[in-house]
Amino acid sequence: MSTYTQPDKTGHFGAYGGRFVPETLMAAITELEEVYDQSKKDPEFQEQLSYYLKQYIGRETPLYFAENLTKLAGGADIYLKREDLNHTGAHKINNTIGQALLTQKMGKKKVIAETGAGQHGVATATVCALLKLECIIFMGEEDIRRQKLNVFRMELLGAKVISVSQGSGTLKDAVNEALRYWVANVDDTHYIMGSVLGPHPFPVIVRDFQSVIGKETKRQYTEAVHSLPDAVVACIGGGSNAMGMFYPFIEDETVKLYGVEAAGHGLDTHLHASSLTKGKPGVLHGAFMYVLQNEDGQIQEAHSISAGLDYPGVGPEHSYLKDTNRVEYTSVTDDEALEALVMLSREEGIIPALESSHAISYGLKLAKEMGKGTGLVICLSGRGDKDVETVQSLIGGSEHE
Amino acid sequence: MNKLTKALEDCQTNQEKAFIPYIMAGDGGLDRLKSQLLFLEKSGATAVELGIPFSDPVADGPVIQQAGIRSLKNGTTLKDVLKKVMEIKNDVNIPIILMGYSNSIMAYGLKEFTEDCLQAGISGCIIPDLPIEEEAIFSSIKTAGILLIRLVTLTSSQERITEITAGAEGFIYAVTVKGITGTRDVFGGELGGYLKKVKDLSPVPVLAGFGISTPDHVRDAIQSCDGVIVGSKIIECFETGKENQISELIQASKGLVRK
Repeated sequence: MSTYTQPDKTGHFGAYGGRFVPETLMAAITELEEVYDQSKKDPEFQEQLSYYLKQYIGRETPLYFAENLTKLAGGADIYLKREDLNHTGAHKINNTIGQALLTQKMGKKKVIAETGAGQHGVATATVCALLKLECIIFMGEEDIRRQKLNVFRMELLGAKVISVSQGSGTLKDAVNEALRYWVANVDDTHYIMGSVLGPHPFPVIVRDFQSVIGKETKRQYTEAVHSLPDAVVACIGGGSNAMGMFYPFIEDETVKLYGVEAAGHGLDTHLHASSLTKGKPGVLHGAFMYVLQNEDGQIQEAHSISAGLDYPGVGPEHSYLKDTNRVEYTSVTDDEALEALVMLSREEGIIPALESSHAISYGLKLAKEMGKGTGLVICLSGRGDKDVETVQSLIGGSEHE
Repeated sequence: MNKLTKALEDCQTNQEKAFIPYIMAGDGGLDRLKSQLLFLEKSGATAVELGIPFSDPVADGPVIQQAGIRSLKNGTTLKDVLKKVMEIKNDVNIPIILMGYSNSIMAYGLKEFTEDCLQAGISGCIIPDLPIEEEAIFSSIKTAGILLIRLVTLTSSQERITEITAGAEGFIYAVTVKGITGTRDVFGGELGGYLKKVKDLSPVPVLAGFGISTPDHVRDAIQSCDGVIVGSKIIECFETGKENQISELIQASKGLVRK
């Protein structure tokens, strides 16, 4: 077992990561790093965080033995880590609650965040309501049109949603605009980054707050099975649920780790979000990482049926774990994800988010290949209620009187 | 000697302030580049900052964003820009500084980028998403004699300004607003003091930029530093055919003799 100590002091995971930001932001991210380091050693902060994780978010979440799914696969025992049971319906809030508490600790009163599908936006608006922080969410105008209900949800929670029409009006443009707003309002505003992306220390902070997923899983699995799982599977957009799930297992070399990206219409088309498979290293939103880009270095649009995976880059730590082969990265198409969503709904009575359905789809394939008596954990990162309309429009519901 | 260093030294010798306009390469087509550069040279600009269009320009406001989108729609690539500059380098004397984001240079390949910049006679580079902490990966640009211009901002601590200015090349780009590029009506009252503080620490000239858009802004800023950089306003003027206003801005920088 080798000791894993990434990133280094300057926020680099091997060659990846770093702080590629305008000088104006350096003071803010340096302050954030200091406050975060203090909070890690501050028992009061940790107690506060544990309190909200338990009493407000509803942790710990179950590690559920999916018996029907296991029978269907006919191979490995399949366990589902039920992040869909968190307050607001996904893993996103593990991070937003932590960063909102950091915001308070820094004495800042205002929070900004970007959102694609609206899940991170809702999770941010929720904790801002709880902790009485002013909240502004940046969202691409195209995404606002597609996710009307989540926009209203954020507004109901007291957040202001700003429509971003710049660029292509989607998630990456929302991040650009949030960063621009942050540059101009850095004195009183904290940016709650929603994934393991952005300049150091964001990838570390988000990983650490999300690693509650992997820590619980490891303990729960060991208690139930008296060993470690043979494999762990999670879906990857920016990569926060996967990083939170993988991190506590990185030093356990017997545990195989699989990250599943969105292959959209297929990897041989231009309509996918597989940054690790089809992208190349570059700088986007403050970090050096795998990015979908053309030869001239212009960032390309990602595509996935699931808005949460629809991002043209992937966190620097995943980029590092790919190059070092600690994690195997693969992908699943829109159609396969959709099929997995329906399958899990029917088999287990759990409607997974389209994002998580990518992990379910690959996990099922993998379980078939693994022999009986082995164990597999799939991170069920979110619930599918938000996707029901999309799914209905794609597969159609039967007519009722 | 580096052309930009020479031009800035000439300003000092002649007790003049520097004026560096920003234009977006390929906005209106790359064929327009030569006439724009010649116009700016004739109008008395010290050097030109030549913007490289990028899909995700986080340090830029609406005017430069739009100029970049127009340029990208014209199909402009960094390769085309450097090729064009090579083509016209014997006709244009004014020093050229490239302003581009980290990813454009990485995608080009650092070695090829440095070689092509040398061939094209590029004097310097400004990379707005490259703080000193990440500079090392671009060190071959500096080694080749192309100046890597550093930025300081209103949020940079005294300690940081000291560190940044200590290794400065060419000039220090002192960002005058907490925010992104773009025209502004007024500046915070802390500006004069900030520019003087940077000037006291810097071994190279200090030029103010971001938000400077009127002759009055120019006259105010140059009281506390060695010159100005104007971007969004220049782009607007070229876009709307008001080149005479560019001349007025440049003239405003010539009005004040160093005390």
